[in-house]
Amino acid sequence: MHPLLTPINRYGFYLLAWTPLAGILDYLLAVPGHLGWLDATVLVLPLCLIYQFVCLSAWYMCKAAPLRGGSFLRIRLTHLVAAVVISLLWIEFARLLAYVLSETAPFRGLDERFAPQVPVLFGVGFLFYLLSVAAHYVILAIEESRQAEARALETSILARDAELKALKAQVNPHFLFNSLNSISALTSVDPVKAREMCILLAEFLRMTLGLGEKTSVPLLEELSLLHRYLAIEKVRFGSRLLMEEDLQQISSSLQLPPLLLQPLIENAVTHGIANLPEGGTVRLSGHSHNGRVQLAIENTFDPDSTPMRKGGLGLRNVRERLEARYGKDANMRVSTENGIFRVNLSFPVDTQEVKN
Amino acid sequence: MSKTPEKKITALVVDDEDLARLVLRELIQTHPEIEVLAECGNGFEAVKAVAEHKPNLIFLDVQMPRLSGFDVLELIGTDTAVIFVTAYDQYAMRAFEVHAVDYLLKPVGRDRFEAALERAKSRMGEKLPPAPDLAAAARPPKQFLERIVVRDGSRVTLIPVRKLDYAEAQDDYVALASEGKKHLKQQTIASLEACLDPEQFVRVHRSYVVNFEKVVRIEPYGKDSRLAILSDGARLPVSKAGYARLKILLDQRS
Repeated sequence: MHPLLTPINRYGFYLLAWTPLAGILDYLLAVPGHLGWLDATVLVLPLCLIYQFVCLSAWYMCKAAPLRGGSFLRIRLTHLVAAVVISLLWIEFARLLAYVLSETAPFRGLDERFAPQVPVLFGVGFLFYLLSVAAHYVILAIEESRQAEARALETSILARDAELKALKAQVNPHFLFNSLNSISALTSVDPVKAREMCILLAEFLRMTLGLGEKTSVPLLEELSLLHRYLAIEKVRFGSRLLMEEDLQQISSSLQLPPLLLQPLIENAVTHGIANLPEGGTVRLSGHSHNGRVQLAIENTFDPDSTPMRKGGLGLRNVRERLEARYGKDANMRVSTENGIFRVNLSFPVDTQEVKN
Repeated sequence: MSKTPEKKITALVVDDEDLARLVLRELIQTHPEIEVLAECGNGFEAVKAVAEHKPNLIFLDVQMPRLSGFDVLELIGTDTAVIFVTAYDQYAMRAFEVHAVDYLLKPVGRDRFEAALERAKSRMGEKLPPAPDLAAAARPPKQFLERIVVRDGSRVTLIPVRKLDYAEAQDDYVALASEGKKHLKQQTIASLEACLDPEQFVRVHRSYVVNFEKVVRIEPYGKDSRLAILSDGARLPVSKAGYARLKILLDQRS
């Protein structure tokens, strides 16, 4: 459909744009053309009404001859020929109109007085048509850029979706292989513990797989995943890994996106504790107040050997998932002070989901 | 005919996880010709133990706190045979393949262990590839050095690159200027430059790499050259080509 015809108010603007053009033509015929204002206007009004409609056809010409692709010469030739043909048709129509009008009493002899103005009309028609072509190319360009923008947005959304899915399904291979290595070590020295760790790992993997399909889980479920994760890491790191938890003031049925805390805890262990020869503490705390949940994940870290990764993949993913879920209502803050790396999360309590 | 007794091999096991060291110890136990001199739980201990015991062979974990396996290699030099051990690090694994360095994957299996050991034995006495090159190859693309390890006698210093003012080439060494001190390290300036973020460090002269953040101003000096004045007052020569590189960075930032 023609972009100037729908919506209808856009067509109104188009007609408005024609008014000065019609005025110019009226003046040309009335004053330099010696037709007088009445004669000129009676001709110009129907001529312009027809011509504004004819000029809309430039849209199809422009679409058929896009500026990109196709030689410039050919594009020019196409429009010049079209302008000549359409202008010729227009002046023929004008002549006919003048002839018909001259049959009536008030405009007798109009066709003869109009005849010398035909070349002027041709020139004006030619120019108006080319003007319309230019305007339509502008519209085409705007439409194209809008479409490109929409496409870019769409692909970025698709990419993010894919990334989120990948994150949900992903188990850090480093974690997996290290755990297997620990199990293999335990088999000879402590078979019971080796079996325990097998079970822990299996439960952790099963939960990760299951969680990926849900849109939200109760805090309790996320916590039991975290506890398994930490129990496994504790076997690896031994006394180097200490864990503190203070979530007394939060309902364990609170709903949150699955695997929201796990990447943060994993970050705290792999980028914080693992870089400290003497080890350190991972602390998870939170409370809910006025319908908002505040969660904090803290860990000791070594500022000298651990680069500040505010834009790390894990952090970015959590941020994006919070945003996707709560929009501007969610807030994530990353800070460091005195060898403590801290991530603060704040988001509204999802009352709707607490019910079911 | 009696078999000539195999040469004794002295070894070091370096890993920050007790259980990982345990596995290696078990595997080594079946080889009476290998004597484990020490086990180290971190890179600092490893550097010290190498200086102290001079082992023939080191089992070296890649991911360790503060000093990684690559850092340790950088500090102990390339004369000792090393078998790297890693759980999963695709870039490190590729670097080992490219540089034909022996490595083991966790969990470590008997077959792979024997194969790596045989290979290490047969190549004992050969030099390893330069540690900075190996570490550079093991870094994920577009990631640069975050800190530089330097050893002065038995003292190990870590210099975060943001605290590095400039590096100056001195024959086979580079002098690293940081916080008013200079640290010497055996490395070529080109090899160091390749490890640094090109958006932060500029080779302003054949012998100088400078931290862009520390440059206060550039002054003309002589006919074709200039001087870079750093925030601590240091004055470094800037060649014509170096000035061109500085300008590119300056244009990018503005």
